[in-house]
Amino acid sequence: MAIVVERKKLGFFERLYLPQIISGLWITLKNIFRPRVTLEYPDQAPVLPVGYRGAPTLVKDSEGREKCVSCQLCEFVCPSKAITVTPGEIPADSQYAFIEKAPAEFKIDMLRCIYCGLCEEACPERAIVLQNNFSINGASRAELIYNKTKLYAEGGVLPDKIMKWKRVKDNAELEGGSH
Amino acid sequence: MSYLINQTATCMPALLGTADCSYADMALFIVLKVVFALAAIIVIMCFAALSVVAERKVCAYIQGRYGPNRTAIPIIAAIPLVGNFLKKNGLMQLVADGLKFLLKEDPLPAHVSKLWYLAAPIMSLSPILICACLIPFGVWWDSGGAAHPLAAANIDVSLLAVLAIGALGVYGAIMAGWSSNSKFPYMGAIRASAQVISYELTMALAAMSVVLYMGSVSDSPLSLFEIASAQEQSWFFMTQPLAALLFIVALFAETNRLPFDMAESETDLVSGFHTEYGSFKFGLFFVGEYGHVALGSALFIILFLGAWNPLPYISYPESWGWISTLLGFITFLVKISAMIFFFIWVRWTLPRFRYDQVMALCWKCLMPLALANLVFYMAIAAI
Repeated sequence: MAIVVERKKLGFFERLYLPQIISGLWITLKNIFRPRVTLEYPDQAPVLPVGYRGAPTLVKDSEGREKCVSCQLCEFVCPSKAITVTPGEIPADSQYAFIEKAPAEFKIDMLRCIYCGLCEEACPERAIVLQNNFSINGASRAELIYNKTKLYAEGGVLPDKIMKWKRVKDNAELEGGSH
Repeated sequence: MSYLINQTATCMPALLGTADCSYADMALFIVLKVVFALAAIIVIMCFAALSVVAERKVCAYIQGRYGPNRTAIPIIAAIPLVGNFLKKNGLMQLVADGLKFLLKEDPLPAHVSKLWYLAAPIMSLSPILICACLIPFGVWWDSGGAAHPLAAANIDVSLLAVLAIGALGVYGAIMAGWSSNSKFPYMGAIRASAQVISYELTMALAAMSVVLYMGSVSDSPLSLFEIASAQEQSWFFMTQPLAALLFIVALFAETNRLPFDMAESETDLVSGFHTEYGSFKFGLFFVGEYGHVALGSALFIILFLGAWNPLPYISYPESWGWISTLLGFITFLVKISAMIFFFIWVRWTLPRFRYDQVMALCWKCLMPLALANLVFYMAIAAI
């Protein structure tokens, strides 16, 4: 059965239409003097929300050590196959030789990356982090495949509360208590 | 100026072949007239161009945006203050738009009727330019104290001529729609013709009530200059408010502006009558449309809003001479700008009418009102 919608009976002034036009004009006139809502982007930076997923980057810890241990979990989890990790060894004379592995090369193809953040979730070392950079541009395709140097330059340092590779005793001293 | 008047007096009979006049005088007369006509056309074209920017800016402000404020011409933008002013107000965008229309490829579709397709944009713009020569932009006084209009052509029936020639602009739309050989332009053209023919009646009837009044105070009631001069005291929108309202509504329809832009109606007709047009030919339609708005504003101001008088019951005194002329001219231009702002303001406020509503509004509402208004003033004139 068809539903009959009750229409409101219009009064004389409503049918005249002119008062409505004038009130409409008044609304648009007020709008002219309201502040603009446009963000003038290249001049004004947008305010990014907490947890924003920008470009993935590699980070170092507070000692300046690269956190990545080239486990390649991010490479396997990456749905768009943007990440390529070439595993490498930490040289025996380094003070971090006991960690054994670090990436020889780490490439992220920014043209393929979909900023899903699965690499960040998968990383056991919190070495790969999606940060705030959303303006990714370059003059060629090759330029947009970020290598290890570029990724560390973008990432910077992300200090952790617990130094995972320190001995338990050292961490306890950092915390200021006993283990 | 006074020299020109003398020249007119001596040369007009000569041009008509009834009196003697030296060829040099005749040549000078013609050159001066051409210069005045060009000046009038330039004023209208400047308004057309600036109203494109104004449209984009005002619509942006109404919608909470900034509008065009980035385009910069390298050297000019570097001038301190002026460069930034031009850039922020989108005036260099105007140059960019114009250049785009000029430099784009000018395609001629294979399926169109070539002659009429090419003639349509010219037909849409040229009536506006002809009308611009008939509009008095101000008043000046010769040494004898007689008032003369600041117009390229001062003819006794200028109101009639402006209404008649201005209405020819719709033939541009009809020719474009017909020659495009495509359904959307065709429908746009049908709508444009039906709408303009209907609203022209209302418009002329509304203007008639002013002419009726003018008939009792002047020898040439159809002259725009006489109508303007009669408004030094009260303006006609005060004595004939209904006629002014009907005239402005009809003017919106006549210039194909929202809420009556049936001919273009981009939501249902792609782009209406100029769907098949591109680059410079589209540019001519575009300029013609805004020229029509500027011209319509000038006509409304002369008929109802006191022409070059600054306020009702106040006019620039004759004793100031050319200063009054200049002030009057500026006042007239300011009024046209205000009217164009009103046109734009209404466009970004009201939604488009449906086609049948447009027709019903005209024939069932505005036409009877205009007739009643005319009869009312006829009765008053008879008493």
